[in-house]
Amino acid sequence: MPEFKPVLLANVGKPESYTRKVYEQTGGYQALRKVLKTLSPKDVQEQTKSSGLRGRGGAGFPTGLKWTFLPKDHPGPIYFCLNADESEPGTFNNRILMEDDPHQVLEGLIISCFATNSAAAYFYMRCEYPLAYKRICQAVAECYEAGYLGKNILGSPYSLDIHVHRGAGAYICGEETGLIESLEGKRAWPRIKPPFPAVEGAFRKPTVVNNVETVACVKQIFDRGVDWFKSIGIPPDPNNPRDAGSYGPKLYCLSGHINKPGCYEAPLGITTTELIEKFGGGIWKGRKAKAAIPGGISMGLLKASEFHCKLDFNDPGKFGCLGLGTAAVVVMDETVRMVDFLLNSCRFFSHESCGQCTPCREGTSWATKMMTRIKHGKGRLKDLDLLLEIAENMGIMPGTTICGLADGAAWPMKNCIKKFRDELEIYIKSTNPSGWMETAAVPALQLLDIH
Amino acid sequence: MPTVFVNGQEITIGDKERLNGIQVAERAGVDIPRYCWHPGLSVVASCRMCLVEAGKKDSATGKITMQPKVVPACQTPATDGTVFVTNSPKVIEARAMVEEDLLLRHPVDCPICDKAGECSLQDYHFEHGRKERRADIQPFTSRRRELGDTITLFVDRCVMCTRCVRFTREISGTSELMVINRGAHEEIDVFRDENGQLEFPLDNKLSGNVADICPVGALGDKDFLYQQRVWFMKSHDNVCAGCSTGCSIKVEENQDHVYRLKPRTNPHVNQWWMCDEGRYGFHHVHDASRVTEPRRLEKTGYVSADWSTLPAELSARLKKAGRLAAVLSPHLTVEEAYLLAQYVKSLDPTAVLALGPVPVEGTDEKFRNGFVIHAEKCPNRRGVERIVSSLGGELLNWGDFLARAETEAFGAVWVTGGYRTPWNDDGAVGSLANSKLLIVQDCFASPLWERADYQLPSATFAEREGSYVNYQDRLQSFKWAIRPPQGVKTDGQLYWQLLGRAGLYKAADVLEEIGREIPYFAAALGGVADVGVDLKVNQIA
Repeated sequence: MPEFKPVLLANVGKPESYTRKVYEQTGGYQALRKVLKTLSPKDVQEQTKSSGLRGRGGAGFPTGLKWTFLPKDHPGPIYFCLNADESEPGTFNNRILMEDDPHQVLEGLIISCFATNSAAAYFYMRCEYPLAYKRICQAVAECYEAGYLGKNILGSPYSLDIHVHRGAGAYICGEETGLIESLEGKRAWPRIKPPFPAVEGAFRKPTVVNNVETVACVKQIFDRGVDWFKSIGIPPDPNNPRDAGSYGPKLYCLSGHINKPGCYEAPLGITTTELIEKFGGGIWKGRKAKAAIPGGISMGLLKASEFHCKLDFNDPGKFGCLGLGTAAVVVMDETVRMVDFLLNSCRFFSHESCGQCTPCREGTSWATKMMTRIKHGKGRLKDLDLLLEIAENMGIMPGTTICGLADGAAWPMKNCIKKFRDELEIYIKSTNPSGWMETAAVPALQLLDIH
Repeated sequence: MPTVFVNGQEITIGDKERLNGIQVAERAGVDIPRYCWHPGLSVVASCRMCLVEAGKKDSATGKITMQPKVVPACQTPATDGTVFVTNSPKVIEARAMVEEDLLLRHPVDCPICDKAGECSLQDYHFEHGRKERRADIQPFTSRRRELGDTITLFVDRCVMCTRCVRFTREISGTSELMVINRGAHEEIDVFRDENGQLEFPLDNKLSGNVADICPVGALGDKDFLYQQRVWFMKSHDNVCAGCSTGCSIKVEENQDHVYRLKPRTNPHVNQWWMCDEGRYGFHHVHDASRVTEPRRLEKTGYVSADWSTLPAELSARLKKAGRLAAVLSPHLTVEEAYLLAQYVKSLDPTAVLALGPVPVEGTDEKFRNGFVIHAEKCPNRRGVERIVSSLGGELLNWGDFLARAETEAFGAVWVTGGYRTPWNDDGAVGSLANSKLLIVQDCFASPLWERADYQLPSATFAEREGSYVNYQDRLQSFKWAIRPPQGVKTDGQLYWQLLGRAGLYKAADVLEEIGREIPYFAAALGGVADVGVDLKVNQIA
């Protein structure tokens, strides 16, 4: 494989990379001009579909296919929501793009809106990104000045307005229907599907929700062509009929106990080891790795012996992980206690559960309370089975919740208990020598005042 | 006709019926537990208690394909070939898990909870819950918080079904209630100021319904709070006498004391709801100022009369009185009005019949889903009007009657009341001054009562038996819920005896008679269903 040169991050690091001037010097907005002049929305949809681009937000749903779910010949308006509510722990690739190369995102967004015939785009950004908000607002203003936005873009019949909207800092707003509810000014309680947003979304109109990195990829596809895009990455796994292949470049967010944490661009399919060694400069302080989260905390865990896992849309599944997720790799060294990891993970999800569905609201909170007790030396071996049972009974997969937050909450529990059960058992036995074997129902305990 | 399968049982539903899994299972006699789903509210599918297995039967091959995961029955439409399984191990486990989840932080303070005995959480726990508590979580204490004048919230009993929130958004249209906080810290609340004082309290005319639809004891009806354990009460179908809407209700009493009124489902009238005015409008039944002694005016003043001899005494005096007149109150049932009219007509075929005063307050109030509180604050104007006009020949209203009474000296006037608010004044007394004999039958003293020759204590709606005709010409029948207080004879029973009929007053028999005699009531001839009968059906021909 020839040496891979960053594409999405090509402008990052240049002085004033966030200005239109700098962006246009490197061929910015040429793709948009080409698309508006030579292609119809249908062509754009088709080309995106044939590029094999899959959503970068976490689920990896084919982007072109999602667009085709919009009703044909809809009188409109159709809305486009850009999901910049990046809140999966360990993930910060959207932030880099928005802060350092906002025009790349906007160009991709405009092309995507053109492809879906959207009348307006809502840029839903999490509240915790003040700089990104400032840069995006500036960039949007620059686009209006240059005629890339507004009425009759670049003389074409197509018009588009972008509204930048700031969320209030809830993880659940990153779920597409939660985002739409929040955008409408309601509580971000994910909607029951069907109807899917493509049929009835924001303000009860057909709506597409895409991730920031996804639209940046759309821009690159129309800059460099479908063939270029397909030359990167990994073709579908013949053994998995549901795998649509993992093509294109991907931004990996590398963090944790490594020497050089950061956001790195690599072809999809790079292995965990490669990523850690080549980009991350190895494990810090000369220690050994113990585990890594392959793509955001909700995806589960890879043991150090599983680091040959390819970070594409298919491979993590083979190691019991939920998927690639946001490709946020968090590496843990040998000093990390899995009890701490699991408590941290449980606490996050119980804090972020929207509270709509009973199994998630109560399950995540119960798990946190149980993990807190284990952490404080009152664990019982039986608790691990109970945790597993809670985990297996919440989420879209068993069918007990409306959205996937509960699956994300359950996966680290399932993975951690399955892959590190020995360690957890040793912890429980050593911290609770007199009570670890207890199996009878225990009386209520006064716990720490957290979830 | 679409066929749906519930636990192997074939259920045929109408072509145009749109039913969900819960509704179709009900037809198969299978009860699917649920908290958040309510037939009158939007579907949120969030409590997850109604999880079932669903699938599809291919009509050509007969092959059944089940979905791999459980689905909420409330959100799964029943179409041709839909298969529901509600008793598989997977479903049983899913329900047990939800029930266990809901009880994690529940204070389990059933002994001091008003809902105990009619609580879904309790019932479902016995039916679907686990035998043993596995969680060792310290529940919060049972916090109580006021939401408004009518409703109080027991915060920790809540299971977050959001029925009440949806009710204020979709039915009352007032949106006072909301969910605050997130995750396991979620609570129902209203907007408060910075000191936690109510700023926008739960304040609408349908607010009492939220306590009914609350599946657990979270929302308490302050009027009923700590008054009575629900298992001591008996429930009697009745019809609200508060306004001309005529909501189907249940009167719940213990030992002849009414503790609360609740709406009874009637798709034609009130659906699942009733207004606060009607709901809390029963306290006059047990008011200390109710009159409970029949009295006769003699030269020395009023003396107590004896119910056992009164009917004969009244008849004897009325026979000699000359021209008779009767004022039929719109609070009388159709049957009572008919019997009294029959009685005075039997004594004096030229007797004058008039409709009593019809109380009107403000204007009709319409709510978002079509629920209406009518300005006409009596239950049976339409029914009594028909009796008056059919048997009296003309429809004389209260004002015209008083004017006529001034010029035309009646030998005797029989006035019925039953109102819960003052309804006559000295003007009426003056107009009836020419009448030689005045018989007043009422629940409370009034100027007319004070001037009556005979004071006859009358029954309230909970003690009456008969039928009301509401604003849409729907006739609904009901039986008495409590016995009247000592000294009160129900109006129907008195008329029955005056007419010389044997035994106890039987409203159903009287209605049969009315149906044969007055065409307007003919539709009631075949018997009256729980939801009443539409009297308009026969009028078209």
